[in-house]
Amino acid sequence: MIFSKTKSLESKMDAFLDKISESGIVYRRGIKNYMKNEKEDFDLHLEQIIALEHEADELRRNIETRLYTQTLVPESRGDILALMETSDDVIGRAKDTLVELSIEKPDVPDEFKSGFIELARSTSRALEEMVLAMRAFMRDPINVRNYLHKVYHWEKESDRLAENLKRSIFASEDLRLSHKIHLRYFTLHVDTLADLAEDVADRLAIYTIKRSI
Amino acid sequence: MLILLFLSSGLFLGWSLGANDASNIFGTAVGTRMVKFYTAALVASVFVVLGAVISGAGTTHTLGKLGAVNMIAGAFMVALAAAVTVFWMTKLSLPVSTSQAIVGAIVGWNFFAGKTTDMGALTKIASTWVISPILAAGFSFVFFLLFKKILEVWKIHIFRLDAYTRIGLIVVGAFGAYSLGANNIGNVMGVFVSVAPFENLNLLGFTFSGVEQLFLLGGLAIAVGIFTYSKRVMLTVGEGVVKLTPQSALVVVLSQSIVLFLFASKGLEAWLLSHGLPTIPLVPVSSSQVVIGSVLGIGLAHGGRGIQYKVLGRIASGWVTTPVIAAVLSFISLFFLQNVFDQQVVKPETLLGIHETVNIEINTQVY
Repeated sequence: MIFSKTKSLESKMDAFLDKISESGIVYRRGIKNYMKNEKEDFDLHLEQIIALEHEADELRRNIETRLYTQTLVPESRGDILALMETSDDVIGRAKDTLVELSIEKPDVPDEFKSGFIELARSTSRALEEMVLAMRAFMRDPINVRNYLHKVYHWEKESDRLAENLKRSIFASEDLRLSHKIHLRYFTLHVDTLADLAEDVADRLAIYTIKRSI
Repeated sequence: MLILLFLSSGLFLGWSLGANDASNIFGTAVGTRMVKFYTAALVASVFVVLGAVISGAGTTHTLGKLGAVNMIAGAFMVALAAAVTVFWMTKLSLPVSTSQAIVGAIVGWNFFAGKTTDMGALTKIASTWVISPILAAGFSFVFFLLFKKILEVWKIHIFRLDAYTRIGLIVVGAFGAYSLGANNIGNVMGVFVSVAPFENLNLLGFTFSGVEQLFLLGGLAIAVGIFTYSKRVMLTVGEGVVKLTPQSALVVVLSQSIVLFLFASKGLEAWLLSHGLPTIPLVPVSSSQVVIGSVLGIGLAHGGRGIQYKVLGRIASGWVTTPVIAAVLSFISLFFLQNVFDQQVVKPETLLGIHETVNIEINTQVY
């Protein structure tokens, strides 16, 4: 009885992490589709990420309720809750970015497209490593560090790419200031995903110390 | 009714043992909300009574060798002196143990009755006070490293580990309660064994001896202490004094239970004897000091950081002060009970009270 409940909760947590991981892939491909004017594929990925965000929300609420109503993991449930909420923000931000692209349809000149694709690739790598760190926290806390430093690496890389992109945008003589600001806004949007992954990694670093017996 | 009145000091000792020492077993589990208080109290009560009735004879026998209190009024006062010592020292926040108080009180009775204290038995008992926390530290050090290794290798999911730990805390807690009952019932009822007038009972083909009935009564007093007063102590232990993770708590309780069991098990003693191995003395030890030893073992496994060595000094001082205070109190109160309340506390045919001896000496000088 007690183990069947535990098993179901474990599956739900795994499913939640799967949704975050999948949203990172969908997000990266969505950005690429937008930059390459692949409208149909972009719309498909937009739909997918909206569905993923909704499903992740449902799973998070379900897990949180069960953790508290069944008084499970009393020592760590506050930490688990905070981790889930923060990682849910990551998936929310990924969805928002694709939704904003679909609404505002920024005009990205060809010379900046590869920069946006590269930036999205880097931020989604930070997100993937974050998910691996979270999985390790659940089963194998000793290995969390192995993933955390990769999250920090990709976050720094994303910052570097975002800065380069913004510098080239503002160095361009062909664009109006309003256009430049619009592109900077999307650069920030894409880059913020890695910052959120870093926030989760910071929490994980502390929670892992607390989890050691 | 008079019997119950005389047993009341032992029952009070039992109540205080339940109120305080159950927290050593279930404190962290309840304080960290891993186990509900009523689950802990029920498991602890049932197993403490079982331990007392089934395996309580070993430590009681050792206390009997130290000093066989031979009148029920004397037994009442010996237990009361121990109880008052524990109560008073607890009030003054001094380290105290029921085991050490009862030993002191019995030695006080020996002095009063003019009986020689068996120094062999006393040395054996006192040496276990030192050995038991050290042994507990050794066990918890080893178990801690073992648990850590198992968790590293098996990679158990945090939710599943939570479930395993809860079950472990209840199972090991039950073993701990059994060991506590077996080891410490001698403190509560040991002095009454040779004087309580309980007859053997035959129930459904089983003989329920007088001593077992006495231990059942003591066990029930411990259970009442657990249900009525241990909750607040458990919450203090779990949330305040020492912060342990549930897995470390499991290690602490396991180490403590094994030590209490080792010093109480006649079965183990028989097994060691049959294999020609040295036996472990069956002596009531302080569960609180054993727990401190266990926590210390975990501190050492962490590299010795954060260990408050002052605590060890305080425990060591308790090894001396508690029995001395209890012995003096026992001696004085026995004197009052005999001379002010006119109660016989020592059987006359065995030995005379010290004041009578003094009178004889004075008379001899006069003549």
